[in-house]
Amino acid sequence: MARIGVFICHCGENISATVDCGRVAETIGKLKHVAYSTEYKYMCSDPGQTLIKDAIKEYKLTGIVVSACSPRMHEPTFRKAAAEAGLNPYLCEMANLREHCSWVHEKNDMTTEKAIDIVRILVEKVKINNALLPIKVPVTKTALVIGGGIAGIQSALDIANTGHKVILVERSPSIGGHMSQLSETFPTLDCSQCILTPRMVEVAQHPNITLYTYSEVESLDGFIGNFTVKIRKKARSIDEKDCTGCGLCTTKCPQKKIPNEFEEGMGFRPAIYTPFPQAVPNKPVIDREHCTYYIKGKCKVCEIVCPTKAIRFDQPDQILEIQIGAIVIATGFDIKRTDFFPEYGFGKYKDVIDGLQFERLASASGPTGGAILRPSDGVVPKNIVFVACAGSRDPAKGIAYCSKICCMYTAKHAMLYKHKVHEGKAHVFYMDIRSAGKNYDEFVRRAIEEDYVNYIRGRVSTIYECDGKLIVKGVDTLLGAQPLEIVADMVVLATAGVANSGAEELAQKLHVSYDSHKFFAEAHPKLKPVETNTAGIFLAGACQNPKDIPDSVSQASGAAVKVAALFSQNELTREPLVAFVNRCSPPLYSTCVGCFLCQSVCPYQAIEREEFKNRDGKTIKTVAKINEGLCQGCGTCVALCRSKSIDLHGYTNNQMYTEVMALLNVY
Amino acid sequence: MKIGIYPGCSLNGSARDYNESVFAIAKVFDIELVQIPDWNCCGATAAHNLNKELSLALPARILALAEQNGLDEVLVPCAACYSRLVVTQHELKVEPEIKNRIKKVIELDYRGTTKILNVIEWLDKYIIPGIEEKLVLPFKHKVACYYGCLLVRPNKVLNYDRSEDPQTMDEVMRKIGADPIYFPYKTECCGAGFSVSRTDIVSKLSGKIIEDAEHRGAEFMIVACPMCHSNLDMRRPDINQYFKTKFTLPILFVTQALGLAVGLSPKEVGLQRHFVPVNIDS
Repeated sequence: MARIGVFICHCGENISATVDCGRVAETIGKLKHVAYSTEYKYMCSDPGQTLIKDAIKEYKLTGIVVSACSPRMHEPTFRKAAAEAGLNPYLCEMANLREHCSWVHEKNDMTTEKAIDIVRILVEKVKINNALLPIKVPVTKTALVIGGGIAGIQSALDIANTGHKVILVERSPSIGGHMSQLSETFPTLDCSQCILTPRMVEVAQHPNITLYTYSEVESLDGFIGNFTVKIRKKARSIDEKDCTGCGLCTTKCPQKKIPNEFEEGMGFRPAIYTPFPQAVPNKPVIDREHCTYYIKGKCKVCEIVCPTKAIRFDQPDQILEIQIGAIVIATGFDIKRTDFFPEYGFGKYKDVIDGLQFERLASASGPTGGAILRPSDGVVPKNIVFVACAGSRDPAKGIAYCSKICCMYTAKHAMLYKHKVHEGKAHVFYMDIRSAGKNYDEFVRRAIEEDYVNYIRGRVSTIYECDGKLIVKGVDTLLGAQPLEIVADMVVLATAGVANSGAEELAQKLHVSYDSHKFFAEAHPKLKPVETNTAGIFLAGACQNPKDIPDSVSQASGAAVKVAALFSQNELTREPLVAFVNRCSPPLYSTCVGCFLCQSVCPYQAIEREEFKNRDGKTIKTVAKINEGLCQGCGTCVALCRSKSIDLHGYTNNQMYTEVMALLNVY
Repeated sequence: MKIGIYPGCSLNGSARDYNESVFAIAKVFDIELVQIPDWNCCGATAAHNLNKELSLALPARILALAEQNGLDEVLVPCAACYSRLVVTQHELKVEPEIKNRIKKVIELDYRGTTKILNVIEWLDKYIIPGIEEKLVLPFKHKVACYYGCLLVRPNKVLNYDRSEDPQTMDEVMRKIGADPIYFPYKTECCGAGFSVSRTDIVSKLSGKIIEDAEHRGAEFMIVACPMCHSNLDMRRPDINQYFKTKFTLPILFVTQALGLAVGLSPKEVGLQRHFVPVNIDS
């Protein structure tokens, strides 16, 4: 005889404000087989859980229904409580009174009636629930880190230092990411390369890290602890073992006028190139799109000059298949380019540049050797305007969010400019100064008070050219919204930070959710900022939203700890809510007829063939079998099975039918 | 071919030259322009500042009359009238409830099927395709195309040209042999309705537009709005006084320049009505 306990939670006022919880508990308490029914303000709290545990023991309950919020957050909480009281956790069900009822309806009798219905059908279901045992799966203790910027580097090093193997994949020819392009970093003004390059070298030399640059993730299969990743190692067109990185080929390559990506288009590179002198690995790559040999079929100057004969023109892309247990996504961000702004000239004014271009101008290794020279004619700008919030916080531009890093880097840019051009004038147009962070506001004040940067609160309406100067029209909202015109030699737009190109495609390959701006989505905005909704896949850095270096590094270390925690176990337990093919005694063995239609629709390749043999080893019957490690419990095979031989643990056909019948008041 | 035309108040008043040039071109290209019978005021700036329902009812009545008279396409040369009509059509489309109320107010059926054309769209669709064979006097001059505020805005409703750096008028001018200059003031404010109440503001704003165009070597400024024209042309003495200079840049309606290019006389396109003398060798 079933003895069901029902626990109605008020969820503070989230449920009780519209649902009469007392009446729900009372009505449910009168149902057949309900041995105990009660209500409480916070069922998930410690006293709430104790109440459940005590009731299970006292009333010898055979199943419970916790009527509270969405099972997403607290189902594990209540199932654990049930288990601690000696009840199989899968005999605990949750009725979602909050999302399915109280939040979406007004306070009235019908709302309470609906709440009663929701609880009632689950009472009927839990009566026929089976006790289930968790599934154990092994863990492959190798991590995959995607993206070799500062977040990826930090994550890879932290995981590697716990003693686990790491595969680091970077799509460009070198690791380093945007940080390697920066000149100085706020708020200390230490040189970005000086703090980054030692870490890049550490990655290259770490015995636990395998580095694949110029490589991309091709596909991903499997599940937490047991992923299989395919990596496309794009042809570098050189033999990395033979190449010594002497760089002779790059100096002799006749094709020299290709816009340099690392210099943000402000310099040129040859067709065979290393992105920058401190690149890791310091081995060149042939850009086949621009290489004369690949275009015209002749040249091969690099092959002739190479002292170690390391050039391989016919090298194919390689596909590597690797078993891994966890993934850290650290694919970073990009910025909007100046051509995004019609009011600032659609990118047609050479002296209107973006923040990354200014970083290269200010960098000692940049195209000007660190001198601030305007791109159009190489003259030192005497009057420079910085426009913060170019695109950010502007719903009309489709970017409603704050890009977070711009206030700080704009202050830094203005400061660097003033340090290099003492007689120059720097103006900053801003909406608000958002400088929350350790020593951040002090840094901005320094720019204003010590370096005399002219901060103007207001937006820039338009920028146009007149007699070789840039006319910046804006408004000073602190001076009674006075229109303002500044005749500038150069303008730097702090353009909005956006998701990296290819983020959406990667998210789809990895089955990870992302937001409308193509930033990767965290599992919970506050309590699970490092996890994704896909178990075993974690986030680090600006691929989630624009972040500065300290935040990216902190999150990267957080992700590394999550991976290490996962790898501290030899076996993982999985929810047993998977499909199963029925088995019965010989000579039938199973009602499955072996049509394997299920195999063709299973999205997870979880359906295998099982053969029954007689004593002579002859196959008598072949039936389907579910690989419990791969099955995600989607139920597609159940719906498709023509002989009703497949069912889903926890959501059997019978259980679903019972719920529907309960709703129709059959019981 | 028959196309409806909504002249609004200015084309029969301060912008008669615009009206004359539009009709003159239409004649050259065998297009019959039919005035919407019993048309009323579009509401101009006043209505939508005072009463939303009124500001929708007035243009809705005009559009309903066009429908009733079988005019599927209506040319609206005045940029301000065009804006009111297009915005009304959009609002009534997205808010059926308001549409039903407005229908009761105007006591006419309204379906919202009329295609409303501004002057550039009209030229683009009906004149430019046949321009080559009619072009007798290519307008070989440096011109500054001035769009003003209403012709290409609001972007969300119009979805026509790019609001920050429009190009359609420049394209039309290129087709008649003109050389449109780089002109960053093309969508700056001319002072608009302050024409009457605050001439000092108009003098300053319009003056800057003219100053920049002259500075960049424009021989003519091309406009497609009666309000812009009157601010830039009629208010020229005030502008010159304000700037203590003598700007001589003539302001032409786009249809006037086009009319001259297809061989119409200065008088036929109404050049004699300008306040700033137009000296053109023809």
